[in-house]
Amino acid sequence: MNKQNEVLMQGNEACAMGALSAGMRFFAGYPITPSTEIAEFLSAELPKINGTFIQMEDEISSMGAIIGASLAGVKSMTATSGPGFSLMQENIGFASMAEVPCVVVNVMRGGPSTGMPTRPSQGDVMQSRWGTHGDHPIIVLCPKSVLECYTLTVRAFNLAEKYRTPVIVLIDGIIGHMWENIEIPSTLEVIDRPKPTVPPEWYHPYENLPGGDIMPLVPFGQGYRYHVTGMVHDMSGFPTLVHEEVEQCLKSITNKIKNNLHDIIEIEEYLLNDADICVVAYGSVARSAREAVNMAREEGIKAGMLRPITMWPFPRFHLEDIATRVRTFVVPEMNLGQVYGEVLKSCSQKALRVTRVDGELITPDQILSKIQEVSS
Amino acid sequence: MMRTTETIYKYLRPDKKFPHVWCSGCGIGIVMGALVRAIEKTELSKDEVVLVSGIGCSGRMSTYLDFNTLHTTHGRALTFATGIKLANPELTVITVMGDGDATAIGGNHLIHACRRNIDITSIIINNNIYGMTGGQYSPTTPMERKASTAQYGTIEKPFDICKLVEACGATFVARSTTFHAKMLDAMILRAINKKGFSVVEAMSQCPVQYGRRNKMGTPVDMMQWFKDNSVASPAFDQIPPDEIDEQFPVGVLVNREEKEYIDRYRDIVKKAGGEVP
Repeated sequence: MNKQNEVLMQGNEACAMGALSAGMRFFAGYPITPSTEIAEFLSAELPKINGTFIQMEDEISSMGAIIGASLAGVKSMTATSGPGFSLMQENIGFASMAEVPCVVVNVMRGGPSTGMPTRPSQGDVMQSRWGTHGDHPIIVLCPKSVLECYTLTVRAFNLAEKYRTPVIVLIDGIIGHMWENIEIPSTLEVIDRPKPTVPPEWYHPYENLPGGDIMPLVPFGQGYRYHVTGMVHDMSGFPTLVHEEVEQCLKSITNKIKNNLHDIIEIEEYLLNDADICVVAYGSVARSAREAVNMAREEGIKAGMLRPITMWPFPRFHLEDIATRVRTFVVPEMNLGQVYGEVLKSCSQKALRVTRVDGELITPDQILSKIQEVSS
Repeated sequence: MMRTTETIYKYLRPDKKFPHVWCSGCGIGIVMGALVRAIEKTELSKDEVVLVSGIGCSGRMSTYLDFNTLHTTHGRALTFATGIKLANPELTVITVMGDGDATAIGGNHLIHACRRNIDITSIIINNNIYGMTGGQYSPTTPMERKASTAQYGTIEKPFDICKLVEACGATFVARSTTFHAKMLDAMILRAINKKGFSVVEAMSQCPVQYGRRNKMGTPVDMMQWFKDNSVASPAFDQIPPDEIDEQFPVGVLVNREEKEYIDRYRDIVKKAGGEVP
């Protein structure tokens, strides 16, 4: 890497810069540790480019505001941590149901409740999937580094626009607050909202297009007057209780994700070709896991790692494939086993967890000793 | 009469959205008519108007009207509206909320929208009850009135919505009733034309969930009560406080000039070195 192009940057700042480079021009948020630097940075940067920053009265309103701004055609984002993420769930469900693209950054801290504001945790993995009520789709991306805070935030906007859905960037507090030298990528793809191909009188904002294409969302005020609601709706957006339309509505919001797993799911495999033991790790823990795998290899233990970069939809098919080759799974995470449960669902092998909820990081040694335990 | 009908038809959604959900005798349709007549007078095109509603009986209004319409979550209409207005200040953004929607679950958003003085027109339809869920008491149900969750009468002091929003910084505040439909047209029109956060409290009757429980008679009787107890705003101020029983002022209650939020934000853009469009 050409060191001259490197900049020292914090994870939260990289996330904010990634959002700007993706074309985000509206941010609404409420102060909360450990995500606040994102809001602080954007409050200074957005006005320079005629973007909008607003500090709302709480996280409920922040989420409402970004959905409103997105409906007016502007790429929008909010950032928060566990307690605020809980408050956002109501309107995350709205964005899912009404198919409004937006990005929510959750820089995780210890929970439940006020928990440990300044200590790292990965306790929101399940909340990011199932925090809002009802069956709903969601995309969740999980960076392990400052660079990925940047690149995955760009990707989050791309996926949000492409699939008309809220996308969560789930960052460990430790990654959000970590400083690393990164080289800002100069050629990241940015997907903008597609234009409608039909005139207003033919436009149905929730129509399923042939080939699984998703109807573009036309910003308010452009001559396409339509209705948006959080109620179950027909293809025109109006509330319906007709059985066929209800089922169509709920299935189509889920299927658009389910039918595009190959595009949405991103994983990292490390030394898995000949591995007997697969460590499944994400976020900051993946860094310790990689080191533990290296240490195990030095001892002659055939260990490897699978890192879900897309956390949800969960890379179940990748895991099932790996399960045909490896003997055991080891799942280290800074919670009591949230991804561990998903691993158990996907494989019939033995799987062991390494958990830590004391506000400290999981060390390579901790993971190594579990690898040694299962290899003996 | 013919012209009124034409106006209403112009703004109703053309396709099969009826029958509406409102009960016979409900006042919300009168408020909807007033809104439509006010918008007609502004000469705004339908494309320029965004109507944002919350949840409850009033929340359904957005379904019926042919604007850019958004039916949000309970109490949150103003938060979505804030995002829309900031993202595209060219749009005329109007919210419709009920009393529970605006002042209970959405109370926090209401007071902060007032404080910011963002250019949104907020119509709060106050029928003193949660109608859709079956007549539970709301923050505007008067003391000792009956509700499905106040079988022995309410013991909570009600909000005076207009005083609340005035104290929180709304720059235009008006009140009218479903009896005073023409005044309601005029108040909504002035609110839309006002640059800043404006609130119109539209007092409305809920004969089914509120009137019946409290022996208030027919919908017409309830509207007659509005007529009998409303006092034009300047005259109301002349009534000695100890003579005020159930009377309430109607008309324009607050109209003050203050810099609007988006204009202030444009100053920030300039300070930051950005380009104001």
